[in-house]
Amino acid sequence: MSDHASSAHVTWRAWLTTTSPESRRQAKLGQLYRQWLAFKKNPAAVVGLVIVLALLLLAALAPLIAHYDPLAQALDQRLLAPSAKHWFGTDALGRDIFSRIVYGTRVTLVIVMLVVITVGPLGLLIGCAAGYFGGWVDTVLMRITDVFLAFPRLVLALAFVAALGPGLENAVIAIAFTAWPPYARVARAETMIIRNADYISAMRLQGASQMRIVLKHVVPMCVPSLIVRTTYDMAGIIIIAAGLGFLGLGAQPPIPEWGAMISTGREQIFDQWWVATFPGIAICVVALGFNLLGDGLRDVLDAR
Amino acid sequence: MVAISAPTPPAPPRAKGRAARWAKILGRELTTVAITIFGLLLVTFLIARVMPIDPVLAVVGDRAPADVYDKARLALGLDKPYWQQFATYIGKVFTGDLGTSVLTAQKVTDDIKTVFPATLELATLGTLIGVALGVPLGILAAVNQGRWIDQIARVIGLIGYSIPVFWLGLMGLLLFYAKLGWVAGPGRLSVAYQDFVTPMTGLVMLDAAMQGEWEAVVDAFWHLILPASVLGLLSVAYISRMTRSFMITELQQQYVVAARVKGLSEWRVVCGHALGNALVPLVTVIALSYMHLLEGAVLTETIFAWPGLGRYLTNALLNADMNAVLGATLVVGTVFIAINLFSDILGRLADPRAR
Repeated sequence: MSDHASSAHVTWRAWLTTTSPESRRQAKLGQLYRQWLAFKKNPAAVVGLVIVLALLLLAALAPLIAHYDPLAQALDQRLLAPSAKHWFGTDALGRDIFSRIVYGTRVTLVIVMLVVITVGPLGLLIGCAAGYFGGWVDTVLMRITDVFLAFPRLVLALAFVAALGPGLENAVIAIAFTAWPPYARVARAETMIIRNADYISAMRLQGASQMRIVLKHVVPMCVPSLIVRTTYDMAGIIIIAAGLGFLGLGAQPPIPEWGAMISTGREQIFDQWWVATFPGIAICVVALGFNLLGDGLRDVLDAR
Repeated sequence: MVAISAPTPPAPPRAKGRAARWAKILGRELTTVAITIFGLLLVTFLIARVMPIDPVLAVVGDRAPADVYDKARLALGLDKPYWQQFATYIGKVFTGDLGTSVLTAQKVTDDIKTVFPATLELATLGTLIGVALGVPLGILAAVNQGRWIDQIARVIGLIGYSIPVFWLGLMGLLLFYAKLGWVAGPGRLSVAYQDFVTPMTGLVMLDAAMQGEWEAVVDAFWHLILPASVLGLLSVAYISRMTRSFMITELQQQYVVAARVKGLSEWRVVCGHALGNALVPLVTVIALSYMHLLEGAVLTETIFAWPGLGRYLTNALLNADMNAVLGATLVVGTVFIAINLFSDILGRLADPRAR
């Protein structure tokens, strides 16, 4: 039985690692499998992956893991030290900090996802257009990019939030506004290399429209570098979002946002250290996870 | 297709070529700076326009009668087309008029002049700490590539990228101020010394030293050291990582082999030859980290009640004091551009090939 299983395993491996794939799908899966093998060899990257998966699990299963309602106030249970009942203690309104941190994973993920799905395509399109068309399109787009890069990210995000008003959605918009330039830069650099490739000339000779070439043949080639860049950036996004929350400009109370939670713990930092400490550790762990994962992905996907 | 190489033109006289090249480089840099500053102004202007706060109400108050309101609106030029308002805005900025702060009832320019030195002090010491720790760490990591010290440098780098600075500041206060009592608490000076030091340069330690108040100098130092270290740790991460990668590139070069073959000590090979060449890109990295510390100062200052530009900006934000917000943003942006330009030029000067 086990003999059979292991032989099936060997065949799968052989099928995946073959040097002469018979179909496109086999070649693609084989490449993925090889990348996974390379990724697996890097323990730090695996730790990062585990942290990120744990984050996703916590967010999905939050109601099962947290024993308390993250918003339920219990004023007779204010500022209790960590104990078996309240693992991370309670805050000034008697809310269980562990439960709030668990639900906070959802807030963090929502912010990160919203920023990434806005910024990724935007940066990709701007960068590819600049790199592919060159000339004045490139000059204009890159000048705009430079202006945004000249601003410190947090300060620009602060100014945007000031204009739009505090809140979760506006914080996301502000972060997205400040996050796209590096993506455009990366996509442009990739495109500049790709646009002179023979297969692009072949497409052009076949009479493909500019739009088609950019969207179907240039953009997909830039995606791996952008995935790496995005993973790296997630840590930065989380930290900036926490910073906005800390200043009271991001998610508004009573939403369990980690930065805002640190901010509420500030007044009690010398007496009830746990209120501000645990949300901060949560931010560190998650940011570290994304950084480690980004490192690992870069080594695998972006071998240059 | 065979490329036909044209006969190389005779080289121009050296001195003239050099001056012309520098003029060209400088011209290009200045154009970039001009365009970027224009963009900066446009962005801040647009932010001011999308503001939900009515700038007229900020001046006349909520209960002003309609005719007063209209007069103020005309006086602010809000009836004119946007491009004209923008032109007025640019003109005002270039004459140093950033408007009046609602919060302090003073000119934003004057406010910024008083708060900026505090931030400068913080960011400068932070950068110094970052360089003093980050460069040696990066060199050690590059020389011992793959060994334990390299791993430690890697971990420090990762931690620096993953810790929110405001949380690190709080933890620092908790540990070193409240529990251990090694450093002074928030603020720049203890209350006892505040009347002794009259602001001259705005840099408290320098002012106190110039006035011979040595106890105040020491007191100011103990206030400064914790926030500066918190900021410094952030740049240690970046500086050590970049130093490591530059040094590894240099140590693989032929001239390093040549120096070793010549029998030079490892110390001279690494610190004399390789580091000398790694310094060129390192200058840019240090300038960049200085910029990031100015940014990090925004959050650090809030924690440490540090009366700098960052706290001025966040206070203004929380009170919807738009002139102050835009003024501070503009100043930070301009400093960014200036440091960028400066590091570009310094990088070229440090590179013997470009000289």
